[in-house]
Amino acid sequence: MEKTNNDFSWKIAGAAGDGILNAGLLMFAKTCVRKGLYVFTSAEYPSLIRGGHNHLDVRVRHDPVYAHTSNVDMLVALNKESVTKHQHKITREGALIYDGSKIKLDHGDVRKDIKKYDISLGDIAAKNGGKIMQNTVAIGATFAILDSELDALNEVIESIFSRKGEQVVQGNIKAARAGFDYVRERYGNGFKIKLADGKAESIFLSGNEAISVGALKAGCRFFSAYPMTPATSIMHNLAKYEKYGVVVKHTEDEIAAINMAIGAGYTGVRSMTATSGGGFCLMTEGFGLAGQTETPIVVVEAQRPGPGTGMATHTGQGDLRFVLHASTDESPRVVIAPGDANEFFYKTIDAFNLAEKYQIPVLILTDKYMAESYMTVPEFDTSFVKIDRGLLAKDPKESEFLRYKNTDSGVSPRSLPSQKGGMYVASSYEHDQHGFEREEEANRIMMHDKRFRKFENLKKELPPPKLEGTEDAEITIISWGSTKGCVKEAQRLLENDGIKTNHLHVVFISPLHDKEIGEVIKKAKKTVIVEGNKTAQLAGLIKEHTGLDVDHKILKYDGRPFFPEEIYEEIKKL
Amino acid sequence: MSVMNRSRMDELTGREVPTWCPGCGDFNILFGIKSALAELDIPREDMVLVSGIGCGSKLPHFVNTYGFEGLHGRVLPVATGIKLANNKLTVIGVGGDGDAYGIGGNHFLHVIRRNLDITYIVQNNAIYGLTKGQTSPTSMQGFKSPSTPSGVLEEPVNPISMGIAGGATYVARGFAYDPIHLKKLIIDGIKHKGFSLIDVFQPCVTYNKINTVDWYKENTYKLEDKGHDPTDRVQAMKKAEEWAPKSVPIGLFYKEDKPTYEQGLPQMLDKPLVKHDISNVDISEVLEGFK
Repeated sequence: MEKTNNDFSWKIAGAAGDGILNAGLLMFAKTCVRKGLYVFTSAEYPSLIRGGHNHLDVRVRHDPVYAHTSNVDMLVALNKESVTKHQHKITREGALIYDGSKIKLDHGDVRKDIKKYDISLGDIAAKNGGKIMQNTVAIGATFAILDSELDALNEVIESIFSRKGEQVVQGNIKAARAGFDYVRERYGNGFKIKLADGKAESIFLSGNEAISVGALKAGCRFFSAYPMTPATSIMHNLAKYEKYGVVVKHTEDEIAAINMAIGAGYTGVRSMTATSGGGFCLMTEGFGLAGQTETPIVVVEAQRPGPGTGMATHTGQGDLRFVLHASTDESPRVVIAPGDANEFFYKTIDAFNLAEKYQIPVLILTDKYMAESYMTVPEFDTSFVKIDRGLLAKDPKESEFLRYKNTDSGVSPRSLPSQKGGMYVASSYEHDQHGFEREEEANRIMMHDKRFRKFENLKKELPPPKLEGTEDAEITIISWGSTKGCVKEAQRLLENDGIKTNHLHVVFISPLHDKEIGEVIKKAKKTVIVEGNKTAQLAGLIKEHTGLDVDHKILKYDGRPFFPEEIYEEIKKL
Repeated sequence: MSVMNRSRMDELTGREVPTWCPGCGDFNILFGIKSALAELDIPREDMVLVSGIGCGSKLPHFVNTYGFEGLHGRVLPVATGIKLANNKLTVIGVGGDGDAYGIGGNHFLHVIRRNLDITYIVQNNAIYGLTKGQTSPTSMQGFKSPSTPSGVLEEPVNPISMGIAGGATYVARGFAYDPIHLKKLIIDGIKHKGFSLIDVFQPCVTYNKINTVDWYKENTYKLEDKGHDPTDRVQAMKKAEEWAPKSVPIGLFYKEDKPTYEQGLPQMLDKPLVKHDISNVDISEVLEGFK
């Protein structure tokens, strides 16, 4: 790219139902991936089927990109609202693509430095492939402005539409070409950014897709869930894996979803459920049941703003405290908060292994931003993936077998239904080593201690968070979950200004590596935490575990993900 | 009962001793279940008894098979998960009327229409026993209890007509104090390929002073004695609606042969999910799609 900062950001905006996500994600973003570029996308839409304002950002770089940006170099506006809402984000001498026959722009409506590309998207589409292909025309035009050939786009069109027939493929190819030619003829190629091909060898997927394919690799064979944004696409993805032997059950409610997953887990099948905060509210009793019966399950909680229904299609990190304590009494659980598609894939596999190894519920915490953002990551290397089924009973003797044996590790040999000699009752009541209901004090203490003992061992096994970056940084930034990439991008901006930072990204939140985190904080010159909630939940947790304060908190809870620029601006003020 | 069966009965007897009130119908239901299992040619380790919470839900502890005593109202989801994970297992749900038709009502409604090959035995005593005698979904209108001191205003749930209307393919009602009759219903229910609902009249000797052993004896009759045809859905619904003094039917109301839910899942046609080899799943084709 000619642009010095090697960074291009494209936005398509319009009404719900305009096909923005399909056009932007499937065609534009995927074409950039095929061109060897690094890509990150972020979408925003209201909780409606038609109408309302939708927009999708696609950020493209020649080197790895970790988050979206608030800047827009090129805006494809499919209605006037899109121009009004987003033109202030357009960079100096950036581009606006619009259909002048539909959007009347008066003098002064658009900033003078913005290069306007008035393209009759609807007309060109109608004459070339069909009226519904106006977004394809816009994408053809985009590549013309960027002085980039259409070969890769044509390939992408072929792969997306081949199942719809040759006519649709050819129609789209024609429509893209018409948009491309229209720009070439009328505007030439004088735009400030040229999109040269890159050399990246990446895969391009969303956080939820990474969870789904991670679950498949981990051997998940049973998935039960009730639809809830932004977790639903995990159900759709896993349902496509039927030929691998995965059974997906769309249940009557979330209570059924978690209890079915527990039934399958008890029987020896790797099982998972996924929901958002509201659904997890219904699952909390079941989550405790998994803890009490020591049944392995994996639960994905994809956060959105609440409480109540909140903002269904938006993002936030407000459920951390909730998932840490959900269920009655005290019940050890693993809580993992990955920060990019790469982590979602590998940590999902870890989740299944940990669940069986420690016979414990494992929760993967994500949010709408990660669930639905698509990003390029290095191709997954599955050669070192190991499936660890944990401690299974071998030839148990009926007269001696203790399913809940009070071992040093706290983990007891697990028998599975149909296994001779291993019969027991998994009980949600407090129970003895056989599994029989018991209420005596000494037994209660023994069993509660046993469950917590395995948690302590688990903590030793899990890797503590790693401080990334220079030791002598002026500022140490702490994050968890989805803010990882935004922090990394903010660090780039700060580095340009000569501000040295390092970054502690916490992935395993339960158990929390309090000692290691405490040491980082003690050594740091200045600490800043970045969280998508109002009360700085991780900062509070760190204080609770280490007694240490984080110096500054950057918090956001408007339902939108952080922009790297916001973190940059806040840190600049310190 | 043969000598063989008697030793099967011994094998099936769990280590724990029931703690139910003397005279509780649950003893007889336990006997009915155990004697039914004793007569069936199924290895003990291939059977799973799934219960919820309530007096009767302690039952899996008294039978020597695999068991799962889960949460109140969640018998059927757990049983579903077990059955789908290993469709070779014989899965039997056990729970009370509050568990099945009250807190678990939503699951009941949806599980019966799925026709999983599960047998669900509901210990229906028309009372909440474990929480000390409140009204249940099947308590008769006007029934007085600590939660309804002036009498229940609602009509009771009719599990039999709900079961038939909802799509259960084997719907029966037994009586705890006729355990031999009950045993037959349970054996046939387990043998039935599909969802079997067996609602069991169970006197609660401590809290239900209306629906007593004598009350049931006086007011019930057996459908088979009246030549009822359980394949006739219309007749079955008529019989399900019958509730009058000396005229409350027990026995098999309805039976229908239909494909089970599991039969619709090619994933478990060759072998159960639990037997799938997951040591190295090849995901390269999926990853190719992300390029």
